[in-house]
Amino acid sequence: MELLERFAAGDLEAFEALFRQHQKEVYAWIVRIVRDTGIAEDLTVETFWRIHKYRARFDPAGNFRAWTRRIATNAAFDHLRKARRETELPEDLAGPGAADPAVRRETREQIKQAFLHLPAKYRLVATLALIEEEPYNEIAEAVGISAGLVKMRVYRAVRILRKQLSSLGVEVGAR
Amino acid sequence: MNSEENDKEIKELLKRAIAPAKHTELRRDLWPQMLRKLEEQPTAIGAVPWFDWALAAILGAVLVLFPSSIPALLYHL
Repeated sequence: MELLERFAAGDLEAFEALFRQHQKEVYAWIVRIVRDTGIAEDLTVETFWRIHKYRARFDPAGNFRAWTRRIATNAAFDHLRKARRETELPEDLAGPGAADPAVRRETREQIKQAFLHLPAKYRLVATLALIEEEPYNEIAEAVGISAGLVKMRVYRAVRILRKQLSSLGVEVGAR
Repeated sequence: MNSEENDKEIKELLKRAIAPAKHTELRRDLWPQMLRKLEEQPTAIGAVPWFDWALAAILGAVLVLFPSSIPALLYHL
């Protein structure tokens, strides 16, 4: 029996093999969304827990990587929804001095705060599209919506940011 | 400056304020943590969510109270 068939049938060894094959990729995807290494580790485990829970729904002829990424994105989204307004964006993930020094520290903080206050569904796609520069079709597949809807959400996220920055007194165009 | 230019400017500001994640490699094997979670919260396929039980109870009550609805239910199955 193939690995995916054994996994779908509930074989723990097959699940472990898949876990070891995919944990790095799942973690790398999640950490780019939540931008916190500890939370990303927990969410990676949560993702595989869900994968194990819903194993019977997986078609062994299907694309395990795409299914896994969808579940990982959902887990990260659930976290963003719960953690909204409670977390800070950590600096260490991008490395010291990664942000552009031409943008004033105060303005950067205001942008980060405005970004944190975006509704989770907009923050998710805006992070992947605008910061991580993932292609729209990849985001669409991971989120489970059309590429057109991804584009729309990015557009709305930018609009919300513009309003929030304006209300904070950040003059766009006057860095 | 019109709103389209403003939007472009905001995208640029965002990219400059929040840099892409660079250190995305996993530093340790998470399998032991995974095993612990599986032991603490088993994922038995047979586990039925509470709302499914609630729906079944409501349906049962309706069938007992209104037996005439049984043919309608069978028709829609």
